[in-house]
Parts: sequence; structure tokens; C-alpha cells
Amino acid sequence: MPDAPGLELIARGLNSMAKGSVIDTSFDREQAALIVDPEHVLEVLSWLRDEPGQEYRFLSAVHAADYLPAEPRFAVHYELLSMARVERLRVKALLADPGDSELPEIDSCVELFPGAEFPEREAYDFFGIVFRNHPDLRRILMPEDYVGWPQRRDFPIGGEPVIFTHNEHEVPRWYE
Amino acid sequence: MEVRREKLRDLSPLDQPSGPEELRVRQLRARDMLRGDLEGEDLQEYVEERLLTTTLDRAQKWARSNAMWPATFGLACCAIEMMAMVSARYDTARFGAEVFRASPRQADMLILSGRVSTKMVPVIRRVYDQMLEPKWVLAMGACSSSGGMFANYAVVQGADKFLPVDVHIPGCPPRTEALIYGILKLQRQIQGNPDLGWRRRYQAEGTEEWARDLPVATGATPPADSDA
Repeated sequence: MPDAPGLELIARGLNSMAKGSVIDTSFDREQAALIVDPEHVLEVLSWLRDEPGQEYRFLSAVHAADYLPAEPRFAVHYELLSMARVERLRVKALLADPGDSELPEIDSCVELFPGAEFPEREAYDFFGIVFRNHPDLRRILMPEDYVGWPQRRDFPIGGEPVIFTHNEHEVPRWYE
Repeated sequence: MEVRREKLRDLSPLDQPSGPEELRVRQLRARDMLRGDLEGEDLQEYVEERLLTTTLDRAQKWARSNAMWPATFGLACCAIEMMAMVSARYDTARFGAEVFRASPRQADMLILSGRVSTKMVPVIRRVYDQMLEPKWVLAMGACSSSGGMFANYAVVQGADKFLPVDVHIPGCPPRTEALIYGILKLQRQIQGNPDLGWRRRYQAEGTEEWARDLPVATGATPPADSDA
């Protein structure tokens, strides 16, 4: 885990490589995170992977999140790991909701980390985040013909009330 | 469960030969019977001692209910209890339902052991359609009966939305004893009344195997004791 000054050094290195790529840093509960501009996410990831002294060679997870009242609404999280130093670094790309049933887009990192293919499909499946240049972007867990992005916060959770004897009267003639 | 203890019929002395002489007498009588030498009251007595009469319909129901072959089909954690059902401790062989077949083509009982996700529905429906008729479905546990704790978008809220379910077994998971009790309930259902009425309830008349190939114009008349 890089410490807080180390995180600032990484952020400075990234910003000198691509200006404006790192928007913010966060060091919370001993966990380092870079908040990056989604347009620069590929540059950031490849710099962190290949730059001597960084070498976060392993992408241990990609996942998405929906922070609905907040703006920008969506985020894609990349959990990086340096195997040699056993250091972890989180990269967050915040994505605004384009609205009007359009989907947020971000570049796919499958070219850099081939293992990201399935996690990106999962993020697409549940949050409707489109990964540009993904080799095979389709649903992975939900049925192929499913409509909607079920892990979004404004998606109804589903289910139906179970009829017990105490609420039986609320659904008259349920047995028909 | 209602336990019926019927008094055993007094089998002695004829059903249990008391000694070698008695056995010899019975052998001779059987030989006379086969030759056709036994007549009148002797023949009557002989037949009454050895035969049990019933209708073919009842015999068929009895055979069906006592030899149900479940499909090997585990869905979730309830399947652990389902597997324990055939172990030496619980031993459903006592009730003739221990032969888990690896192919639905050889099975006639489907135990829905766990939650049914929406993606699993076409698979289960295909397995069900491939099974032999007559066939029965047990919804085991809260999840396959009503969705259970999975009240969400991914799980079907009750397997009877796409299958005719004969017996619902409550529990989370039901104990193996409960599952066996459900099987016993199903046996009584089969022996008592073959007309479960589910085809009418699910508007599925005409999907019986005997009715599928019949032309619609002539009007499919079901056999007298069918399961329609």
C-alpha cells in the first residue's frame, strides 16, 4: 500500500505524464485511491503498469458502482496490485449519467489486462456501463434478453409479497 | 403424519407350513390345482387363500406410487438434504424413491431443490418436458415454493409460475425427514386420486402425451382414467 505522500507522488507523476488525468486522491482507512478522469483511464493504467518504480502488473478486480444522489453518478473501480511489493492501489473513474436512456461509456482495458474481460462484462450487465473496444460486450450473468440494469440504485428490487395468514385478507381470492 | 397400523391377517396355518408334512400336503394340492383336478369348493378355497383381487387401475396406481424415480437435479443448498435422502441414515429405498436417474428421460419425479433463477427457468422446463409421463414435481423449500428470502429481480417467485407443482415442502432447507414426508404425501395423492386437475388449472389440456399426436378436428377424448 503506498502511504499518503507516496500516493501524492504517484498523482504528480501521472499529472506530469498526462495533464489533468488525476482529479483527486483519497487516502482513507489506509487505502490509497486515485480519482481519475475517465478519458485518461487507459493512459493512467498503462503508466501504473509499465512505469519503472510503479509496476502494478496485476489487475485484481474491476467493478462498477452507482452513487445515485451524487454527481457524477457512476464509477468504475480498478483494483491494482503490485505483486513484487504487495502494494494495492485503487483507481476510480467517475462517470456522469448521460441521461435519456443513453449509457455511460469508458474505454475498455482488456488490451492492457486481458483478465478484465469478464469483470467488464459484469459491470455492463449490472450497471449498463459501456466499455469501448471491448471484444465481446454482452450480458454475462443475467439472461440474454433481459431488459434493464438491475444493480442501479433506481432499479426496482423486484419480488412479490408472500401471502401468509396474517396478510391474506389484503389479496382477496388469491387462490384463484 | 397419520400412521396406520393394520392388524396383520392371520396367516397361519396355511401360509406358514408347520412342518414337512404340511408342506407336502400343500405341494400336492398345488399340483392338483395345476392339473385341473381340484374342483368345486376345494378350488374355491384354494384360490381365496392365495389370490388378492383388485382393479387394474388400483394396481397401476400402487405400482406408480411405490416406484418413483427422481431426476438427479440439484438447484441449491436444498440439494444437500436431497442427497442425504438416499443415504443409509434416511434411506428412501424404504419408499421406493431412491433411484436417482441421471437422465430426465428415465425419471418421473422432479425435486426442485433450491431457488429458481430466471435464467434457470428454460432449463428446468426442458428437463420437465423430457421426463416420462405421468410425472410429478416437488417444490422443496421456501425458495422454490415462493421465492423465499430471494424477493428480488433474479429469482422466480415460486416455481409454479412455470411448472405444475404437486407438493410444496416448507422449510429453509426442509429436513430430510420433511422431504420424505412430502414424498409420502405425493404417494398418497397418486394412490388416492390421479386427477390432480393441474392441466385444467394451468389451461394445459391437450398436452398429455396420448393427446399430442391426435388431430384436433376429431376432438381428443381422454381415456376414462386419464390424468387430464
